[in-house]
Amino acid sequence: MSGADLDPHGEVSVDRLALAEELAGAGAGEGAVASEDAAEYALRLGDDALVLAQQLGMWITRAPELEEDIALGNIGLDLIGHARSLLHYAGSATGRSEDELAYWRDEPEWRNAWLFEQPNGDFACTIARQLVASLYLFELYSALADSTDPTLAAIAAKSVKEVDYHRDHSTQWVLRLAGGTEESRRRMIRGVEVTWPYVDELFADDELTERLAADGVAVLPSTLRPAFESAVDEVFAEAALERPTGRTAYTASGGGRRGSHTEHLGPLLAEMQVLARQHPGASW
Amino acid sequence: MVTATGGLDTALRAHSTDHAWQVAATVTDPEIPVLTIEDLGVLRTVEVADDGAVHVELTPTYSGCPAMDAMRDDVVLALTHAGYDEVRVDLVLAPAWTTDWMTDAGKQKLRRYGIQAPTGLAAARGAGPVRVQLAVKCPRCDSLDTREIARFGSTSCKALYECRACLEPFDYFKVI
Ligand SMILES: [Zn+2]
Repeated sequence: MSGADLDPHGEVSVDRLALAEELAGAGAGEGAVASEDAAEYALRLGDDALVLAQQLGMWITRAPELEEDIALGNIGLDLIGHARSLLHYAGSATGRSEDELAYWRDEPEWRNAWLFEQPNGDFACTIARQLVASLYLFELYSALADSTDPTLAAIAAKSVKEVDYHRDHSTQWVLRLAGGTEESRRRMIRGVEVTWPYVDELFADDELTERLAADGVAVLPSTLRPAFESAVDEVFAEAALERPTGRTAYTASGGGRRGSHTEHLGPLLAEMQVLARQHPGASW
Repeated sequence: MVTATGGLDTALRAHSTDHAWQVAATVTDPEIPVLTIEDLGVLRTVEVADDGAVHVELTPTYSGCPAMDAMRDDVVLALTHAGYDEVRVDLVLAPAWTTDWMTDAGKQKLRRYGIQAPTGLAAARGAGPVRVQLAVKCPRCDSLDTREIARFGSTSCKALYECRACLEPFDYFKVI
């Protein structure tokens, strides 16, 4: 289109403010502003989505087939959409934009769980991570759609429909790799083994989630685990795989929710943030 | 009590709300140009205030859909060209968009364009992670002997299929 003198990047923020205002109901005036706790919670979920989207983008031109480049790219795009809504809401508490949060925070300020920053590995590792991520996010957003916070509820109700297709995608690949050749099955089993130590952290409760869950704002992570595990078991039964037990990377004193990260997040952020930091305020 | 003047104002406003809707409804999806935002169910509300300002609500198809920005800008342009000076367009997330809102006229246009329209209602998708996909009809020859090649096609909203009867590939607009 031509003739529009709108700054396409600036427009987005204005628009998202309007979105927040809409969700807050008529007459709210200044848009929905997250409480400090809700903002921290939205930051966790937004960071999970954004880091995973960045990882999936790396597969474009490198997947085993062209269709898969496109599939992983499109799943990443859905996740960027979720991240934008969540980070916009998180920033409303402190007056920071979604871009400021995405591009100008350093590693210790990121709140994503370790699962999402684990390297892509081979295709089977990525699929194992996708299976865990999509089954977890499906249960999370299904429950969060009933949040007493109308903004979080709306984002969750929208996102869960898309994550449902991500769940289809990862499930189909697990079945295909596990039931394919000896080599594909060996790699699928290994992918599950390297991914599983990062599962516990997703379902760990802490003071923040306990406070928010008491008000019906957040979902207590531990309550999602039974549904997650029965979904995993359903897929693994079909794929003749076993759910690993025992090994965990998570310790109660650390983890991504407190800003302590594995060595993989730094390089990922450097690549994602370099352009915005070299050209502050640029739009394209 | 409604005065005669008040009644007239209301009637005029209703008329221009109708008109503004019709103008906004001419905007098409930049990626599927045969479909208007009304066909898609993306155009949710149009209101004209007493001072003539138009407020439009659109709902995004997919969270990350890059076509939304273009559709929003096109709504502003279309209404501005039609003489509405003040236009505000908001994106609303709730209630979340579903292919159930696509009009029958829209589905027909989609098929004629070579894309199979969503088959079945969103609620019928089922709950578990392992499930059976219903057969999708080829939009070209109507054969049900088709095969899914990729769950995610050229965009998030479409899957890629091939028809084993006429041997042509086609896009399928997924139920969501
Ligand atoms: Zn055919």
